[in-house]
Amino acid sequence: MIITKQKPIEEIDEMIKPFPKLFIVGCGTCSTSCMTGGEEQVQEMAERLGDRVLGTKVVEDPCDIRINRRDLREYKKEIAEADAVLVMSCGVGVQTIGDYANKVVLPASDTLFIGETERLGIFHDRCKACGECILDETGGICPLTRCSKGLLNGPCGGQVNGKCEVGDYEEDCAWVQIYDRLKEQDRLDLFTVFRPPRDNSKKTLMFHHTNR
Amino acid sequence: MNINRPAYSNLVKDIKAGKFVLTGELEPEKVTSIDEVLDSARAMKPYVVAANVTDNPLAYAYMNSLIPSWKIQKEVGLEAVYQMTIRDRNRLAIVSDVLAAQYLGIKNILAISGDHTVLGDNKGAQSVYDIDSAQFTYLLHKMIDEGVDLAGNEIHGKVEINVGIAGNPNADPLMPEVLKIGRKTKLGADFIQTQTMFDIEKTKTFLKEVEKYNCPVLIGVFPLKGYGIADFFDKYIPGVSVPPELMAAMKKAKEEPDKKKRHEKYDEVNIEFFGPFIDEIKKTTSAAGIHVMAVLYERIFDPLLEHF
Repeated sequence: MIITKQKPIEEIDEMIKPFPKLFIVGCGTCSTSCMTGGEEQVQEMAERLGDRVLGTKVVEDPCDIRINRRDLREYKKEIAEADAVLVMSCGVGVQTIGDYANKVVLPASDTLFIGETERLGIFHDRCKACGECILDETGGICPLTRCSKGLLNGPCGGQVNGKCEVGDYEEDCAWVQIYDRLKEQDRLDLFTVFRPPRDNSKKTLMFHHTNR
Repeated sequence: MNINRPAYSNLVKDIKAGKFVLTGELEPEKVTSIDEVLDSARAMKPYVVAANVTDNPLAYAYMNSLIPSWKIQKEVGLEAVYQMTIRDRNRLAIVSDVLAAQYLGIKNILAISGDHTVLGDNKGAQSVYDIDSAQFTYLLHKMIDEGVDLAGNEIHGKVEINVGIAGNPNADPLMPEVLKIGRKTKLGADFIQTQTMFDIEKTKTFLKEVEKYNCPVLIGVFPLKGYGIADFFDKYIPGVSVPPELMAAMKKAKEEPDKKKRHEKYDEVNIEFFGPFIDEIKKTTSAAGIHVMAVLYERIFDPLLEHF
């Protein structure tokens, strides 16, 4: 899931200042789960902003332009009259709404990461969308994401009692976690494999993708 | 199987000749002059075969370490161990700097990750980490032993440099660190320099664990110039804690009001702690030497090493 957090309300107020009339779009998928763009949060925002809001809609998947066409069809008039669309979703939703509506789009959220949900409102960064998954070799723990240096060949010298030098030794060292997991699975041979440098050009050139 | 690389540097030549070697450490800071570094290099020269020149330690933006590495060789005649982190360089910048180092006559490179930028004095900086320290060791192997870069592009001219890696005997758990070192020795490390050690048992355990990799180890020691540096070290250096009894002795020495006498007391504390420590490493372990990180504390070399 794409994890978002709402921007500080003062920042949103400052951002919307030049735009007297707004339409608000929420997200029925990730941002609903994150409680940053679901029905409740969209209504709360609309109530707070009052008459300047011409309408609201929680789109099922604002990151899918087809779903925007389907869900926003009945709000064409309101969107056309609005000076800007305040989008309560991740950055992908904001951009897709921009493509769909051809309007000024304003992000109400900051997009944080692709994350795992532990419980309501508690999320963990898990995937950098690197384009070359090696989780089979690393005990299902991503070093690119969970090692703060993104190292591919074991821990650095900043590991103390299994904790990382980044973040005051409160976060687990991903490479100690990988070691423990592989040891538990009797697959420690994978720990000593040398992983050569990544070909970053693959990701750089990954502008689009077609699964056909 | 380890890579059988010739000894290009005096440091590696001495190790191969079976000498118990000493290396020192120089730290160019946020300065535009290296006079202080050169003075330190002159002061430690009689005691060490080479000196490491640090590369933005603790992610503080300091003077580029290549220029002082070259200058201490040229002006002082002290061999450099040019420290290079992969925190501040992608693979292009590394190749550039290694080629320049070869041109300037550098004979040793210590290939390290570097402390993360969030620990440093420009916390908002982007860490690079295009490659990791194992891949850096591999890149150096390709350049030195095969005459190509990582992409296989030919280097015109020879790169004749010995490669050092870092080890952390304080790591807990230790095995992930040991296995990582094993991988790097196979990729082409000529020597290992360790993080600062205060604990002889941890030092011995580490040496025993890495013995199978057949790569010479220099154990790091950090004589404490004053109570302030001891306290800083204890609090802020990843994985390092100063033993309470040593901290207490340093604190007691700090209370001496007379500057000269206070310095003498600090020296006594250091000699009392590190003298037997170094002695035991030399006499009872397989360590190839000691990396003495007496930054701006060169006066300690003579009394500390007089029994060598």
